[in-house]
Amino acid sequence: MSAVLDQHGHAHHDDHAHHPKGIMRWLAATNHKDIGTMYLLFSLTMFMTGGVLALGIRAELFYPGMQVWNPEFFNQLTTMHGLIMVFGAIMPAFVGFANWQIPLMIGAPDMAFARMNNWSFWLLPAAALLFIASFFVPGGATAAGWTLYAPLSTQMGPGMDLAIFGLHLMGASSIMGSINIIVTSLNMRAPGMTLMKMPMFVWTWLITAYLLIAVMPVLAGAITMTLTDRHFGTSFFNAAGGGDPVMYQHIFWFFGHPEVYIMILPAFGIISQIIPAFARKPLFGYSSMVYATASIAILSMSVWAHHMFTVGMPAAGVLFFMYATILIAIPTGVKIFNWVATMWKGSMTFETPMLFSVGFLFVFSLGGFTGLILAIMPIDIQFQDTYYVVAHFHYVLVAGALFAMFGGAYFWLPKWCGVMYDETLGKWHFWLSLITFNITFFPMHFLGMAGMPRRIADYAPQFADYNFIASVGGFGFGITQLLFLYIVFKCAVLKKGEVAPARPWEGADSLEWTHLPSPAPYHSFEEPPVVR
Amino acid sequence: MTIKSRLLPFAGFALALLSGVVGAQQIQPNRHDFQPPVTPVAREIYDLHYLMLAICLVVFIGVFAVMFYSVFAHRKSVGAKAAQFHENTTVEIIWTLVPFIILVGTAWPATKSVLALKDTSAPDITIKATGYQWKWGYDYIKGEGEGISFLSTLTTPHDQIYGNAPKGVDYLLETDNDVVVPINKKVRIITTANDVIHSWWVPAFGVKQDAVPGFVRDAWFIAEKEGVYRGQCAELCGKDHAFMPIVVRVVSADQYSDWVAKKQQELGIKTGDAQVAAAAPAAAPAAAGAVADDADKQLTKEELVARGEKIYGTTCVACHQGNGKGMPPAFPALDGSKIVNGPKAGQIDIVLHGKPGTAMQAFGPQLSDSDIAAVITYTRNAWGNKAAEGVVQPADIKSARK
Repeated sequence: MSAVLDQHGHAHHDDHAHHPKGIMRWLAATNHKDIGTMYLLFSLTMFMTGGVLALGIRAELFYPGMQVWNPEFFNQLTTMHGLIMVFGAIMPAFVGFANWQIPLMIGAPDMAFARMNNWSFWLLPAAALLFIASFFVPGGATAAGWTLYAPLSTQMGPGMDLAIFGLHLMGASSIMGSINIIVTSLNMRAPGMTLMKMPMFVWTWLITAYLLIAVMPVLAGAITMTLTDRHFGTSFFNAAGGGDPVMYQHIFWFFGHPEVYIMILPAFGIISQIIPAFARKPLFGYSSMVYATASIAILSMSVWAHHMFTVGMPAAGVLFFMYATILIAIPTGVKIFNWVATMWKGSMTFETPMLFSVGFLFVFSLGGFTGLILAIMPIDIQFQDTYYVVAHFHYVLVAGALFAMFGGAYFWLPKWCGVMYDETLGKWHFWLSLITFNITFFPMHFLGMAGMPRRIADYAPQFADYNFIASVGGFGFGITQLLFLYIVFKCAVLKKGEVAPARPWEGADSLEWTHLPSPAPYHSFEEPPVVR
Repeated sequence: MTIKSRLLPFAGFALALLSGVVGAQQIQPNRHDFQPPVTPVAREIYDLHYLMLAICLVVFIGVFAVMFYSVFAHRKSVGAKAAQFHENTTVEIIWTLVPFIILVGTAWPATKSVLALKDTSAPDITIKATGYQWKWGYDYIKGEGEGISFLSTLTTPHDQIYGNAPKGVDYLLETDNDVVVPINKKVRIITTANDVIHSWWVPAFGVKQDAVPGFVRDAWFIAEKEGVYRGQCAELCGKDHAFMPIVVRVVSADQYSDWVAKKQQELGIKTGDAQVAAAAPAAAPAAAGAVADDADKQLTKEELVARGEKIYGTTCVACHQGNGKGMPPAFPALDGSKIVNGPKAGQIDIVLHGKPGTAMQAFGPQLSDSDIAAVITYTRNAWGNKAAEGVVQPADIKSARK
C-alpha cells in the first residue's frame, strides 16, 4: 500500500482552527480520536473495577470456609465481575480501538456519524453508574450470574432492574457504535482501497459490527421479558404461567455465543496487524483470513445451545449443536496457521506488542483446545458449570481478548501520544501478566476435573490447594496491571519517553504509519490519500 | 499426591509452597483428575476426554513447535531476512481439510456416547429428584422402594463453615438423608425443581442433569461399585448454591431391601399403598424422620416453641437468619414482621403455599402439620415478636390445608 499525498501541512493548519478546549471538548466531542480516548479510558476504569471484584472473589476462595463475605454478596461479586468485564471493559475497549484506528487505517477524516458517536459513548458512563449504584440499593446488586438466568433473576431485588437498564443502555451504545463502524468502513475508504485491501483490523471489526447488530436486540428482548416477568405479571419464563425457564437460556445464548466472538474477532484483527509488522513480512493468507473470520461469525449464530448441554435437550438437538461447535474449530485453526505462516521466515523482533501477540497465540490456543473438548457433549456433562469452564473462558477472554488489547495499546500508543512507551516496563508487564495469568487459571482446569462447581462461595477441602494457588496468582495478576496503568500514564500524560517517529515499527505499512506523523494530528485525512 | 502433579513443575512448586498452609487438610485421591468413574457412561466420558486431550496435545505441540522454531530461527537479531511470500492456496486447503478429517474422527465416538447417555429406557428404579432452595427432595417413584420420599439437607454445621470449628472429613459434601440405590441396577433420575433451576450432579456417575422448575428431565446410571459418591448442585441457584450437596450410597441388593423396609416402616408406607403416597406427597409428610403424627392433638406453647426452634434452625435459618432479621429485601425479617405479628391465618397461608417469585417456597408438602404449627408458634414468640394469636395448633394447619 502506498499513496502519493501527504496531508500533514494542511491538517496542521486545521489543528489550530477547530480544537475545542476544556470540559466541552469531551462532553460535546465529535472527534473520533477524542471519543476513542474516552472509550479507552472508560474501559480501563471498568477493567480495574471488575478486577477489584475479581480479587474479592479470590479473597473469599483463598481457603475453604466463609471468611470475607457472606454467600449472597459473593454471588453479587461473581455476577457483577462478569457483567462489568464483558459489557464495561472488553466491548467498549474494542470500540475505542475502532474509533481511533478505523478512520486512520482507511484514510477517512472521522467516523461517519460524529454526533451519534458522541451519544454512543456517553450512554456508557450512565450504564456504568447504574451497575455500580446497584450495589447500594436494598438487597444489593444482582446475584443471578452474568447470564441472568430466569427464574433466579426474577427473585432478585431492585439491583436486578438497574442491571437490566444498564444493559439496555450498553446495548444501545453498541448498536450505534456498530452502525457507525459499518457505514464508515463501507463508505469512507480512501480511493483505491477496495474491500480486499482493507486492513485486517477493519475487516474483523466490520464483521463484528454486523454480529452486534444481529444479536444485541436479542439480548434486549431477553432482559425486557425478564423485566416484565418481574414487575408486570407476564410469565415468559415462569412455568406456572405457561412460560419456560429454558426459553430464556435459548434467547440469551443466541445473543451470548455470537457475543463471545464479538469479544474475540477484533482481537484477531489487532493480532493480524501486529504480527506482520514485527515479522516484517505481509500477512499470510489475507483473503483466507477474511473468509475464516466471516465463517466464524456465521457459524457462531448456530451453536448457542452448546452452553446448555445439561439442560436436557433431545439427542438430535445435542448432536446438531455438537457438530456445529466442532466445525468452528476449523476456521479458528486456519487463523492460527496463517499467523504462524506469517511469522515463518520473517525477520522478527520482539518488542512488547509482538510479545503480547505471540503470548496471545500460545495461550489463546490453549483456551481454543479446551473449547473443543467442551464441545464434545458427553465430556461437557462432566465439565458444564465447573471451574474447567471458568478456566476455558478466561483463557480466551483474558489471554485472548485482553492480551490482544494490551498488544494493540503498546502498538498504537506511539501513534496516539507521539511518545514511545517504556519498553523495559512493557516487557515486564508482559512476562508478569503471562506468568500470573497462568498461575491463576491453569489450576482451575484441575479443579473442574476434580468436580468443583463454579459460582460457589465455599468449597470442600480437597479443592483447597489449587484454589490457594489461583488466589495467589489472581492477586499477582491484579497488581501487575497497576504497572500497565503507570506505563500508560507515563507515556500519555507525562509524555516521558523517546519521541515517536511517524513509523516506529519497521514492518508496519497501514496508512496511519505511512501517511501521518506521530502523534496523529487532531484532524487527519481531510483530503483522502490515494491507495494504489 | 499423585505422580502427575509432580510432572507439572509449577503445580509441584505451588503444592510444596502450600504444604505448610493447608497441609493439615486430609488428602483425597483425585485432585487433578476426574473422580474414578463407576458407571459405563462415566467410563466412556473418561476415555473420550483423554482421547480428545491426546489429539489436542499432538496438534498443539505440532503447531507450537513450528512457531517456537520460527521465533528462535527467524529473528532479526540472528540475521534473518524476511521472505515476502504471502499466500498459497494449496496450503490453505490442506490445513482446512486435515483438521476437518481429524474432527470427523472425534465426532464419531462422541456421537455414540451421546446416544448411550440419552437412553433412559427400561429402568429398574425411578427416582424423582426435586431441587429446592437449598436442598434436594427425593421420591422413589417406581421399582423397589416405591413410595419412599424424603428431603436431603446439608449437615455440615454452621460453625465449621464460619471457621469456629475444625472442618470435618466430608465438609460440605454430607447430608442428613443420603440417596440409597442398589448396585448394578439401572436407575433413572427424573429431575425437576420447586423454585429456580438446579442441577443434579454426581461426577462418579457421569450424570449431570439440570432440574428445571415446572418441567421434568431425566438421566440414568448403573453404578457398578458399592460406595458413597458425592456431588453438588451445579447450577447457580441463589445464596446457598454452595450448600446443597448430593450424596448417593450404592449398596448390595440385600442391603437395599433392608433399607427400603426400614424406610417404608418409618414413613408408615404399607406396600401396595405406594402409588397413593407418591401421587399425593402432601399426604405423607416428607420431612426427614417425621413420625406421622396426630394432627388433632393439642400441644402446649412450650412444646410447640421447643420443637419449632429446631425446625427453624434447619429449615428457615438460611434465609431468615438466626436473629430473625433476614437479609432484606430478598429475605425479609421475621422479627417485627407484620405477617408474623398479625392474624395467624396470613402466616399459615404463606408457610403452606409459599410466595411465588421469591425464595419463599411452599412448605405444605415438606413439613407435617405439627411441624408447621410449631415453627409458626416459635416465630410468633421469638426475638421481639409478641403476636396476639401466639399459639398455632396442628389442627389449625390441618384445616388450612383443606
